[in-house]
Amino acid sequence: MPAPRRLQRRSGGKIVAGVCGGVADHLGVDVFRVRVVFVVLTVMAGAGVAAYALLWFFCPTGDDTAAPGPVERRQAYGLGFVGVAGLMVTFMIGSNAPAQDLIAVLFVLGGAALVWREVDMTGLGGRRTVLTWLRLAAGIVLVVGGLVVLVVAGDSIAGGVNPVLLAVPATLVGVVLLTVPLWIRLLRALDAERAARIRDAEREEIASHLHDSVLQTLALIQKRSGDPETVARLARRQERELRAWLFGDPAQRRESLAAAVAALSAEVEETYGTEIEAVTVGDVTGDELRDEQWARAASSLVAATREALVNAAKHSGAPKVDVYCEVTDEQVEVFVRDRGRGFDPEQVDPDRQGIAGSIRARMERAGGAAALRSAPGKGTNVTLTLPRTAPGHRRDPAQRDPARYDPTQTQEIS
Amino acid sequence: MTYRVFLVDDHAVFRSGVRAELAAEDGLEVVGDAGTVAEAVSGIVDTDPDVVLLDVHMPAGGGVAVLRGVTDALGSQAPVFLALSVSDAAADVIATIRAGARGYVTKTISGAELADAVRRVAEGDAVFSPRLAGFVLDSFTGRSPVPEPALDPELDSLTRRELEVLRLLARGYTYREIAEELFISVKTVETHASNVLRKTQQSNRNALTRWAVNRQLD
Repeated sequence: MPAPRRLQRRSGGKIVAGVCGGVADHLGVDVFRVRVVFVVLTVMAGAGVAAYALLWFFCPTGDDTAAPGPVERRQAYGLGFVGVAGLMVTFMIGSNAPAQDLIAVLFVLGGAALVWREVDMTGLGGRRTVLTWLRLAAGIVLVVGGLVVLVVAGDSIAGGVNPVLLAVPATLVGVVLLTVPLWIRLLRALDAERAARIRDAEREEIASHLHDSVLQTLALIQKRSGDPETVARLARRQERELRAWLFGDPAQRRESLAAAVAALSAEVEETYGTEIEAVTVGDVTGDELRDEQWARAASSLVAATREALVNAAKHSGAPKVDVYCEVTDEQVEVFVRDRGRGFDPEQVDPDRQGIAGSIRARMERAGGAAALRSAPGKGTNVTLTLPRTAPGHRRDPAQRDPARYDPTQTQEIS
Repeated sequence: MTYRVFLVDDHAVFRSGVRAELAAEDGLEVVGDAGTVAEAVSGIVDTDPDVVLLDVHMPAGGGVAVLRGVTDALGSQAPVFLALSVSDAAADVIATIRAGARGYVTKTISGAELADAVRRVAEGDAVFSPRLAGFVLDSFTGRSPVPEPALDPELDSLTRRELEVLRLLARGYTYREIAEELFISVKTVETHASNVLRKTQQSNRNALTRWAVNRQLD
């Protein structure tokens, strides 16, 4: 699944800062409706202005280039005017402050917007024209002027507070308003630096992994170049390991039946030098393995698979063993097969009977079954079955799925 | 009869290794090789081989790009393709099969087995390594996380017999061993395998489509 798209402000298509356009693009609605919503919110005690300012701070600009049409521009300006007028009316009704104070507040906000927009567009390192400087200066004058008016008229707002006392917070507010773009830029730069550090760390991890694994193996191969079997084994082990590292899902590596089968195949291959081709279809996932009873049954299955594999690698004499594990809704089946020398299951062969017996006992304890099919010169087939029932609803062992193959059957295979 | 083989792999060392292995086999002649997609397409068009051994992973579009280029240039006269790869990723393998390859074997295959696989695809059969059989089984039997489109039961599901054949292929059985196991003729096994290949190439199932689409977007 792709990560959810981030809200981006319009860049080319902006009227003020591209916030409404960005929201419209993100939600897939008409930009006019978004602007109306912002205007309505603005009339409600200025919530729209606050929301707009916050979105302006926190959303990066997009990379669109289409400029807004003249109609859209006029509409937007009209809506902006309606919003400002509505805000003034509600303030005048809501508070008893005189109109000039509200106009002063509007001047401060307007000046701040002008400064932000200019820095937003040109960037700190961007080209600066006379117009840019003029706009910046105008913005600063508006903010400072508005604040001065507020401070001078402070008597009427704060009920006779010393204007000097009022000037201190007013100066602070002015400085904060005017330097907001700088703070935002600083935060973004920090973010970018952190991302770069993470990338560096990842690259270092890859380098050290390649050094510990691939380069070491290559060195070993050079040293042992006279021994083709060892070289082949080293190369195969390294290939498996590297592939697991490249394509493996780290979350799955620990908690999945397919991963367990692949891991034990690699282990047996490495120990006994017999090539093991492991194929899995379907999988038992971590959630299911968290059921304790099931996890125990599954690990019995893995252990029995291992015994069958070791058995084939040690005794069959075949250069290659095939493992096939299939998970269906009803059961898990594992087939271990070699084309080696085989044996007669009827014949008393304490060693191999013992192993076959222990595989069978293990599977039966786990609620499953094991079947073995072999004949001298015909290779060996081991089939392991484990029913896959819902936790707590394990079927009665008597009703267990019968093994697909009769253990004593010695049908010809070549 | 002698089959003319063309090798496509971006590793020159690997190409010369395969060349040497196939030279030791009767009835196969390596007529050319290439290390890039563009060289491969023009080389195959020039030499007109019977079989192309195709690496799945290559710069500039990989095996799928070679398959498309040659098929565009030659149409129905195009040679048959056998994918030969170390890649484990199901998406790559399925995408190559769906682009028209007649089989997939892993690079660790022995020279004799590889020669056998080449002869088999040259004669029109499908070649399923156990791994490919596993991928195909997974994509036909697994539950799709997204709703399936309208499916054609003839194309988008496998028959019981085809599933049986595919399972045995995944377990490492040869066609002859499968024939003995299921009490059917080798010819019938070949037919089942070819049908599975055709369905893998033409099926509308999401699991197969998604894998192929993912690959094309790379």
